[in-house]
Amino acid sequence: MAGQVASQVAGRARAFGLFVYDFVVGDDWWVAAGVAAALVLTYLLAHAAAVTAWWLIPVALVLLMPVSLWRAIRKR
Amino acid sequence: MNLTAVRLDAGKDPCQGCRFKGVAVGASALFIAVFLACAVEAVEATTIVLAAGTARDWRSANVGVLAALVVLAAITAALGPAVSALPLQALRLFVGALLLVFGLQWLRKAILRASGHKALHDEDAIYADQLRAARSEPGRRAALVPDMYGFTLSFKGVLLEGLEVVFIALTFGSNAHQIPLAALAAVSAVVLVALAGVAIRAPLARVPENTMKFVVGVLLTTFGTFWGAEGAGASWPGSNDVALLVLAPCIALFALALVAVLRRVPAATAGPQPQAATVKAG
Repeated sequence: MAGQVASQVAGRARAFGLFVYDFVVGDDWWVAAGVAAALVLTYLLAHAAAVTAWWLIPVALVLLMPVSLWRAIRKR
Repeated sequence: MNLTAVRLDAGKDPCQGCRFKGVAVGASALFIAVFLACAVEAVEATTIVLAAGTARDWRSANVGVLAALVVLAAITAALGPAVSALPLQALRLFVGALLLVFGLQWLRKAILRASGHKALHDEDAIYADQLRAARSEPGRRAALVPDMYGFTLSFKGVLLEGLEVVFIALTFGSNAHQIPLAALAAVSAVVLVALAGVAIRAPLARVPENTMKFVVGVLLTTFGTFWGAEGAGASWPGSNDVALLVLAPCIALFALALVAVLRRVPAATAGPQPQAATVKAG
């Protein structure tokens, strides 16, 4: 009985986790990972190196979008 | 930089005009972004509710809508103060990151659709699929609900699309210190679409949903880039918020260029997008 409840809870937690992943990350995890990396680099440039860093995210977009589109087309 | 803050000592500021221009640009862009994004979500939710009501039972579908609205109100009440309590820099980093990821996903799908590599989002086809799926399911009665399938379909549709509406309105609003404006944009969009749905009792196929999604993708990406960079500690060149005026057209042009390039790549055949019994956005 307790095992059944635990397995139900685990199933629901897993379903919730998948929902959150799908809601936030979406179809291509590369985009999410790329955005996170670009933000971390921007933070490091702006704080640790005190360098002008506003350009980094636009550059990341220019690189990320074609890669993500290519991955989507290749999948089909 | 502050997207909308109007300084009380603006009279001493040599760039008062720039600042107010930035405020107006920010507020208008925010309203348009939230309105369009929420309208797209509302169109999708309306299609699902119409299918649930038509194929199953209107009372169950309406109870499903009400139950989802109650849950959404509770989520908003819980999340609103929590999001507003975050320090501005952390909020911008967090919201910027999420908007960037959301915006790029929307834009990616919009580019794939516009270039023929993904089926266009067709509300008529989706509605027909939803009807077919709903009619094939057996009925099950519960206390206040004559048909649980109709209730669940309607509840899930409104809750999931509504979560995106709440998220967009809350994040845009709190980040720009314009929660009332963002809420007004979201509520206007949802009410307008719901009224149109009630009036015609048919899927809102004439809404230019694919174009709207393209525009929303550009706007989400623009705001995500702007706030994400600021949240990470970077400063945009130029006066207040004018970077938004440069970013938005640049991102739109880049996306259009990608559409043009992808149109030259042979596409797999793409019929109407089947989405029966699913409520996934985008």
